[in-house]
Amino acid sequence: MKTDHIVNISRRRFIAGSAASIAGLTLGIIPTVAAEQREAGPGIAGQAPETAGDFSPNAFLRIDGDGIVTVISKHLEMGQGTYTGLATLVAEELEADWEMVRVEGAPADAARYNNLFWGKAQGTGGSTAIANSWEQMRRAGAAARQMLIQAAAKQWQVAAGEITVKSGVLSHAPSGRQAGFGELAALAAQQPVPESVELKDPKSFTLIGQRIPRKDSLEKINGQAIFTQDVTLPGMLTAVVLHPPRLGATVSKIDPKGAMAVKGVREVIEIPSGVAVVADDFWQAKLGRDALSVTWDESKAFAKSSEQILDDYRQLAQKPGVAARTEGSAATAMASADDTIEAEYSVPFLSHSAMEPMNCVVRIDKERCEVWNGEQMQTSDQHQIAGLLGLEPHQVHINMLYAGGSFGRRANPAADYLLETVHIAKALKPGTPLKMVWTREDDTHGGYYRPIYLHRMRAALNDQGGPHVWQQRIVGQSILKGTPFESVMVKDGVDMTSVEGAANLPYEIEHLQVDLHSPELPVPVLWWRSVGSTHTAFAVESFIDELAVKAGQDPLAYRRKLLRNHPRHLGVLNLAAEKAGWGEPMGRNRGQGIAVHESFNSYVAQVAEVSVRRNVISVDRVVIAVDCGVAINPDVIEAQMEGGMGFGLSAALYSELTFREGRIEQSNFQDYRILRIDQMPEVEVHIVASAEPPTGVGEPATPVIAPAVANAVYAATGKRLRQLPLRLG
Amino acid sequence: MLNLSINGKRHALDLDPQTPLLWAIRDHVGLTGTKYSCGIAQCGSCTVYLDGAPVRACITPVSDAVGKEVTTIEGLATPAGQAVQAAWRELEVVQCGYCQSGQIMSAASLLQRNRKPTDADIDQAMQGNLCRCATYARIRRAIKVAADKLAGGAS
Repeated sequence: MKTDHIVNISRRRFIAGSAASIAGLTLGIIPTVAAEQREAGPGIAGQAPETAGDFSPNAFLRIDGDGIVTVISKHLEMGQGTYTGLATLVAEELEADWEMVRVEGAPADAARYNNLFWGKAQGTGGSTAIANSWEQMRRAGAAARQMLIQAAAKQWQVAAGEITVKSGVLSHAPSGRQAGFGELAALAAQQPVPESVELKDPKSFTLIGQRIPRKDSLEKINGQAIFTQDVTLPGMLTAVVLHPPRLGATVSKIDPKGAMAVKGVREVIEIPSGVAVVADDFWQAKLGRDALSVTWDESKAFAKSSEQILDDYRQLAQKPGVAARTEGSAATAMASADDTIEAEYSVPFLSHSAMEPMNCVVRIDKERCEVWNGEQMQTSDQHQIAGLLGLEPHQVHINMLYAGGSFGRRANPAADYLLETVHIAKALKPGTPLKMVWTREDDTHGGYYRPIYLHRMRAALNDQGGPHVWQQRIVGQSILKGTPFESVMVKDGVDMTSVEGAANLPYEIEHLQVDLHSPELPVPVLWWRSVGSTHTAFAVESFIDELAVKAGQDPLAYRRKLLRNHPRHLGVLNLAAEKAGWGEPMGRNRGQGIAVHESFNSYVAQVAEVSVRRNVISVDRVVIAVDCGVAINPDVIEAQMEGGMGFGLSAALYSELTFREGRIEQSNFQDYRILRIDQMPEVEVHIVASAEPPTGVGEPATPVIAPAVANAVYAATGKRLRQLPLRLG
Repeated sequence: MLNLSINGKRHALDLDPQTPLLWAIRDHVGLTGTKYSCGIAQCGSCTVYLDGAPVRACITPVSDAVGKEVTTIEGLATPAGQAVQAAWRELEVVQCGYCQSGQIMSAASLLQRNRKPTDADIDQAMQGNLCRCATYARIRRAIKVAADKLAGGAS
């Protein structure tokens, strides 16, 4: 295992003779990266950057004289509970009082705050926040605890081994002495950093595994939480951007008169992505944009329709693609099989449509750019912005604020909306803070969608009805091609995010073939909560159901047989089935459907119960079982299962973004439909007890619901729906 | 000049009377708990009260608020509002949190009118409030918990 070097940051400040008010304990876990290799500058944005090789005043935790423990989160809180989870890990080993723990977002600094699963890059995604921090955060807490103990031992002149720590209080039983963290913080900061730390035996965990309160709840229910949309700075201007009506259209003429006549409008600025209207506030900027006259050259614009794209993909699916997985000899076995079955599944473009539309605040000074953003990919965004401004990445200071949802949208290697904001700010007087706001319509039309995908499935059954041949041909745009991730995650022409959930099919089948076509389109695409699994789980888990039906076998029993050697899949499958009452009669026009899927190393099974009346599908109840290793906070896990399933249900039943001759047909929530409360099923979540290291919960519930519902619709009606969103009649 | 009373405080705003109340509150009064998300009354994130009745501030001209009392999430102090906020914490409803000001304003308004809402009442009152994190199951439960709190407080 990689060794990290723990440094005492506060010690340096303390010894430097700073005022007593800052005396406290700040610990940093510095990965073993030479100082000169560090990519980013330190410091909370707003403080003067220190020189390279110096230690910074920020790390993973800070204890002040009042005993407040501030945990510095390297990951974005976008609803998934990361702030609470990371703080739990620190507080567990620190033996802190949970009530005294606060959380703060980390600055952009990959040297200290990199995602350990992403090499040297800082960022949040792929359901990795807890998984990559599991040891790191606990070690940060344990080291601080040891230093507090050393401080108490010194102060009380007692043996360190006789001191116990519980709930933010250090005690020495023989002498009856006690002290809170705050009283000892300054002295603790002067103690040597332990060479090694011992982590607690899981049996003695007091916070991990408990339903302790979220750290972001209070400020999100009283209106005090600050999102990017809420940032206000002195002299700040607001911009909205008029984007081309179709991809690839360019500006041929701008007449700014109408816009400039609107009160409060300051400037009309042409930028690469469109024409920006800058005003004193949002509404003026929006009225200015309404009054702006731009003539577009659409001669080279994208002109395709979604149906055409699917037709093209269908043609492509007739030809072999690049192999993503090969077992046995599927083509030969298929040619000689007599009991075969074939089906085509497809999914549309989807917009992420977070409740907070994309936005960003920047202020550019001479050798510095400061950014306020629901920041999901610090290192990549720093490079992108620095490249545009001719700065060094460490001169780009990013304030990571709460994100009002993201679902992948704020993690864009192209940094689209950030660069758009920087382009506008660059044209303003240096030092002018600028807030760029997308309207809901801009957000819906803003690209970086979940791509259209088409799957051609073929199988042949053996004498017992089990599949002995399985062929899956996947057609859809590569998300990673052309991004910095390409070199790592596109292997032999296969974008791993296009085939995840299909190439690693857990069902044991003798002749297995998964291949891929990655056609190019000018439509920008991106990961969308659970990425490849959003379509692979739908195709795989629906098709396996079709095979069970063809074999005349129960879909649960059919899966069980094929998963004999996959205990974690089986564990969630059996638990969900048992809790749901699998196989109980459902009555007329009602049905049960089941699906199981692993994504991001977490295993989820769902049983959906649906009713169908006059061709309308209602999902009445969903039972979810999850195995995500050690359950850090069962309540947060349940919340992510409920919400992740609900997010997937939007796509299963309602959401669809369609192109007609290059124009997107939807614009806002009236036609890009997402789940409403009256469409939310009753939901229950069961967590498999596990001692495995924790894995993510933000995404894995999302892909499972579409096939579970499609299978339930089949059970209710006898109709097999193979296209999302699911529609009857 | 438009004279507004928001959460009991008076504000004189020099604005076009057609400016949506949402932007007056956010950009000119500086209360940012009321959120922008759709701008066309499709999502409920901007829900505030005018004289106690919920409106979507994104489509309400600021002039409509003149002479009325505006209540935002920052000023929600009714017994129903407090019961809802307490239930929201108890059940850990929030995820990203962006829509929750609007959810809470709508839920508190429902309980103001109907102290014992059924599932159907909740669906009807809350179906205009979107939550992309799909916290709906907890919203439904929290409204019932808040109703119980209110009933307990009254007895």
